[in-house]
Amino acid sequence: MAIIGLFFFLPVAAAFVLSLTDFDIYALADLGNLRFVGLRNYGELLANPLFWQAVANTLYFVVVGVPLSIAASLGAALLLESRLARFKGFFRTALFAPVVTTLVAVAVIWRYLLHARYGLINYGLSEIGVRPVDWLGDPHWAMPAIILFAVWKNFGYNMIIFVAGLQTIPEDLYEAARIDGASSLRRFWHVTLPGLAPVVLLVSLLTIAGYLQLFAEPYVMTQGGPAQSTVSVLYFMYEQGFKWWSLGTASAVAFLLFAMMLIVTVVQLAIARRRGVL
Amino acid sequence: MTARPSRRAALGQLAAGPLAACSRGGGDGTVLKFWAMGREGEVVQALMPAFERANPGVTVQVQQLPWSAAHAKLLTAFAGGSLPDVCQIGNTWLPEFVALRAVERLDSRVLASSVVTPSDAFGGIWRTNVVDGGLYGVPWYVDTRLLFYRRDLLARAGFGAPPTTWAQWLSAMQAVKRMVGRGAYAALLPLDEYEPLLTLALQQDAPLLRDGGGRGNFRSPGFKTALAFYAEIFARGLAPPAADADIGNLYDEFARGYFSFYVTGPWNLGEFKRRLPAPDQGAWMTAPMPGPNGPGAGLAGGASLVVFRRSPRKDAAWRLIEYLSTTEVQSRFWALTGDLPARKDAWSAPALVKDIHAAAFREQLERVKPTPQAPEWERIATEMQLVAAQMVAGRLTVDEAASEIDRRADRLLEKRRWMLARGRGTPA
Repeated sequence: MAIIGLFFFLPVAAAFVLSLTDFDIYALADLGNLRFVGLRNYGELLANPLFWQAVANTLYFVVVGVPLSIAASLGAALLLESRLARFKGFFRTALFAPVVTTLVAVAVIWRYLLHARYGLINYGLSEIGVRPVDWLGDPHWAMPAIILFAVWKNFGYNMIIFVAGLQTIPEDLYEAARIDGASSLRRFWHVTLPGLAPVVLLVSLLTIAGYLQLFAEPYVMTQGGPAQSTVSVLYFMYEQGFKWWSLGTASAVAFLLFAMMLIVTVVQLAIARRRGVL
Repeated sequence: MTARPSRRAALGQLAAGPLAACSRGGGDGTVLKFWAMGREGEVVQALMPAFERANPGVTVQVQQLPWSAAHAKLLTAFAGGSLPDVCQIGNTWLPEFVALRAVERLDSRVLASSVVTPSDAFGGIWRTNVVDGGLYGVPWYVDTRLLFYRRDLLARAGFGAPPTTWAQWLSAMQAVKRMVGRGAYAALLPLDEYEPLLTLALQQDAPLLRDGGGRGNFRSPGFKTALAFYAEIFARGLAPPAADADIGNLYDEFARGYFSFYVTGPWNLGEFKRRLPAPDQGAWMTAPMPGPNGPGAGLAGGASLVVFRRSPRKDAAWRLIEYLSTTEVQSRFWALTGDLPARKDAWSAPALVKDIHAAAFREQLERVKPTPQAPEWERIATEMQLVAAQMVAGRLTVDEAASEIDRRADRLLEKRRWMLARGRGTPA
């Protein structure tokens, strides 16, 4: 408990105090230049259009990315658990591999893949007659490109959880459904999904919490650009904190992000409870 | 400076450079830590063996930082007490590091030096290194923005020489625009770069900040004149309301005549030579910035070398700065990187004299002005450009934009005013 206090509560409390000050480079030079400003950092953030753009970008990433990611994980898990699948061990490892790769290294590779003129993705698109897309240079395409990359990088993790979930659904339920003449689609809808409901809830909670903390992908691939279209809340915090050294503002961003995540999680749990999953 | 090695010896060392770098750190001599950014950090390693031979017992450890992360890394290193001895620093960052009291004053060392001579530096560039009356950096290489233009298109539009005044520039742009028609433009002033507008603003007499750097001075008639001229270029359809990234491949577009004037910096000398198709190589030229009435001022940019205050090896650090400031090393550094020399006499190197595209930079550098020396300046300039982009998009008038920039600047300068009032800041 003391260790948790030292390494968790103390830093959090310190960060909260920091968010009530105007810690900046002047304070870095001399602590005598530090002022307590109360909730002013929070007020200024809520009036800052770039902060709201960062919130909007992050929500875009979550709203599109999380369902895509869960669908990809579930699809891959179903394929792996299908009776027709062969070399299951190999595919399970191969699909899980992106999760354990170093994000920065694969982000650099994806930057090559996404390159407007020489990238493999545009080459493939040109083969089927699609005009080249300036993935990371066009404000409209930069976020979809990042979503694509993030989904590819992360779906393996949830896939493993789904595989475990699928194995807990008793085989006789499927058999009974088959005897009743249910099609494979209906079996998925009425047997697999209800059986997986708690797993889906867990996975979506974890994925949303993770995706709200989008940072490394834009940091490595776009530096928040073009036209600030990939500035996420965390990237905004990083810029405030380490580019401009406004640590007071950066701490306030962290607490606002925490509040956002708390609200989203509480809402999710409430919905789950009403649906009877919990 | 001590005797310099012969050219052949220097070349031999150049080849041995990477190997020597691996074996450094041994012995009980002085190890000098030197941080340099981007391409400079890569290339400067080749210059170190000659310095080490001239200074027995001193080895230099060059660490290369990427430009995009350099500023944050330096601040973090300051907070963590792990700054190097010598460092390359963007000269607009200097006020910030002076405010942090991180950099050593160099006045007395320069006074005593026979190598670093203010008289051989460009005045405007030198002044960027003087903060609150103290000298904190020595110019390493210089940078400014000016016109890259299509000589052939300008001639076809009836202009044999590049414009030197705003009025000439405007009529040249209008003539080019009439000639190229709807699908193309006369100029490219990327909306995501503050340098073009800032250059126009520096050409006015009015300072950009007032009250000792405690408030914005963007509602001054001078700044409004510059802002109105900038707005007019877009309002008349002479420049596309686009960011750099929207242009796609701007070298192709320049070759195609999509725009004929481009306000940009010296790194594009090399890029234009490399990237423009061979038939177009004779068609482009550079010219100093036109001003309100005759050749105008430019932006004093570039990088300086500083010694950090906490360094225990300041004498050796200063010797390295002197070495990098010698005429010969400055010329070699230009040959290796294309970075323009900070020393005027390095400009008389035959290869540089022969470079017809560099000549305009030489002329412009005599007329460069520093930006205001407030640590917040970079953020203010960023905000200025965001507001200017809104003005170009038609959401603000010139007067409204000027007031909005002032409002944002005053907000960013709030802490500075408080500092100045308590006598803690350094007035800009």
